[in-house]
Amino acid sequence: MFSFDLLFDAIVFGLLLGCFYAAVSIGLSVSFGLLDVPHIAHPAFVVLGSYGTYLLGTYGMDPIVSGITLMPLFFLFGVLVYRFYYETFEKRGGDAGVRGLAFFFGVAFIVEVSLILGFGVDQRMVEASYIGKSLTLGEMRIPIRMLVAFGMALILTVSLTLYLSRTFTGRAIKAVAQDEPALRLMGANPVRIKQWAFGIATAVAALAGALLIIIGPVEPGMGRVYIGRTFCVVVLAGLGSMSGTLVAGLILGVSESIVLTLLGASWAPAVSFGLLLIVLGLRPQGLFGR
Amino acid sequence: MKFARLFARLFGAIALAASAAVFAQQPIKIGLSMPQTGPLGGGGKAALLALQMWRDDVNAKGGMLGRKVELISYDDQGNPALTPGIYTKLLDIDKVDLLIAPYGTVPTAPLMPLVKQRGLLLMGNFSFQVNHTVKHDMWFNNAPWADASSWFDGFFLASKGLNGKTVAFLAADQEFAQNLVGGAKEQAKKLGLKTVYEQNYPPATVDFSAMMRAIRASKPDMVFVASYPGDSVAIVRAVNEVGVGPSVKLFGGGMVGLQFTPIMESLGSQLNGIVNYTSFAPGMDFPGIKDFFDRYAKKAGDAKVDPLGFYLPPFNYAIGQMLEQAVGATKSLDHKKLAEYLRKNEMKTIVGPIAFGPDGERAKPVVPMIQFRGVVDKNLDQFRQPGKQFIVYPSQYKSGEVTPFSSK
Repeated sequence: MFSFDLLFDAIVFGLLLGCFYAAVSIGLSVSFGLLDVPHIAHPAFVVLGSYGTYLLGTYGMDPIVSGITLMPLFFLFGVLVYRFYYETFEKRGGDAGVRGLAFFFGVAFIVEVSLILGFGVDQRMVEASYIGKSLTLGEMRIPIRMLVAFGMALILTVSLTLYLSRTFTGRAIKAVAQDEPALRLMGANPVRIKQWAFGIATAVAALAGALLIIIGPVEPGMGRVYIGRTFCVVVLAGLGSMSGTLVAGLILGVSESIVLTLLGASWAPAVSFGLLLIVLGLRPQGLFGR
Repeated sequence: MKFARLFARLFGAIALAASAAVFAQQPIKIGLSMPQTGPLGGGGKAALLALQMWRDDVNAKGGMLGRKVELISYDDQGNPALTPGIYTKLLDIDKVDLLIAPYGTVPTAPLMPLVKQRGLLLMGNFSFQVNHTVKHDMWFNNAPWADASSWFDGFFLASKGLNGKTVAFLAADQEFAQNLVGGAKEQAKKLGLKTVYEQNYPPATVDFSAMMRAIRASKPDMVFVASYPGDSVAIVRAVNEVGVGPSVKLFGGGMVGLQFTPIMESLGSQLNGIVNYTSFAPGMDFPGIKDFFDRYAKKAGDAKVDPLGFYLPPFNYAIGQMLEQAVGATKSLDHKKLAEYLRKNEMKTIVGPIAFGPDGERAKPVVPMIQFRGVVDKNLDQFRQPGKQFIVYPSQYKSGEVTPFSSK
């Protein structure tokens, strides 16, 4: 059943969904892409952000405002997590990557179990004036929650891109990714820069969590679902490229949406990894990697 | 020397008697796995709470065969890869006397070869058609349904008054949903309904707007959905936002999750009009059920589980009651004897009398279909009253006819 209306709808929805994927992945693009930290707990942090949003929502706070309110708290949390990771793993060198992977797996499970103990296993949702309503454009109806997530994701990506390219600390973060010894020679402390960057990545996860719970209900184990998708977006983008993350998210969203509408939903999960294989085959550094 | 021998014999006899006494007091162990985390965790926690209530009740009456009852339960996360290992551990290491299946079709399915091979009694727990091909004669399911038709007959019968001719199917790519939708498609064919859209979606689908648009484009009279809790919520949301089109007069069918209180409370008015299966709705009355719900409500608050607990908890309590009756009547823990008793006798439970057919499913299945009506937002207590889940099937509990679904 093919019609151009459906195809057009699929593209519009894909763009909305893609922006959301980018928002969920962008923190990982900083922590994994730039800092080379195997941060497999990133989606779990996003879910933690969703629960924080839910908690503040019970006091009547808007989900987006909650997400922004949580950012400083998450920043501190990120700084602490990185410090612990640095002292116990990274500093010792050697196979820090593999052990770091185990560490972040552990962190993800601790986050998940803590959420289960604190909130139970039931799904949680938030309420806001823009959830449950849609915008009608001719024959098309677009859920407003998707538009909100789209807008916020766009703002998040653009501001992070500007921060990393225009500010001193931002450039230092990029520098630490490129050449750590050179940064040290310039008198900057790479560990503190990395700590700062990891804090930012975690703060971004708080806002992404707010978007996640706006899009749909959340349960403690949901992070696992996003591990594959977020890593796919980051690697597809080219490690550490913020604008690439947005583009990769959009490509993933649009292709998933088109496949889902025209070929069948069962094929949709194969899209992300299929795309990844193709891109890595043709361009091993990712779409925007250097 | 003689004295020493006499002493040794005497000592041996005392030791033997003492150990027999200790053995007699050893509890009867009932083993199970139950999802406590993961997508089925919400239901699983409430179900386990009800089983624990039964255990406490039976122990307060002196236990079974004069022995205390102990439940040994592990979290299976609703994951079918974990259940065979858990049940092997329950049998070989924990040495349990009796087995109860985990909640759900998917985690139960891989246990069937194990229990058949070892000739064990397994009390089923809301799974669907897992014994269909295995044909184990010591399987007894507590669920109110039997074969596929018992599940969706109510849905299609409800559609008669609405003069529906075309149908769309939307189903999760999971064992339960596929079993269900497969049967529903056959039934639709028999009834002469034309299928205009069918879609299976994978787990972890984020947004259903695209599928709602595709359904709207195909203009069906009815939409039959077989979904798991997370998807059900996302589908209801998408229906309200994007709409399934004005042609749809009946929507729902096999949506798991819309029976769970936190989900019903959160979705509120978005549920109105949906016709869906359930196991129990206010308005259905059985001896002992009110007392159960009164006691359950108090415990559920502390345990942070489903505060109303209509769907699974009373049926889990019923599993305990059935085991209690079978063990009491046969005065045995022999699985064969227990299975024979369960097969031949009608069990008295808080969810009404239960008799089993040859396949261990209900001899007289009763799957109520309800239509959400007049549901308002943010109100949990409304669901305690009859009418919010308006019973449209079966006739013995029916409150009235289905009204057409209305969507944009």
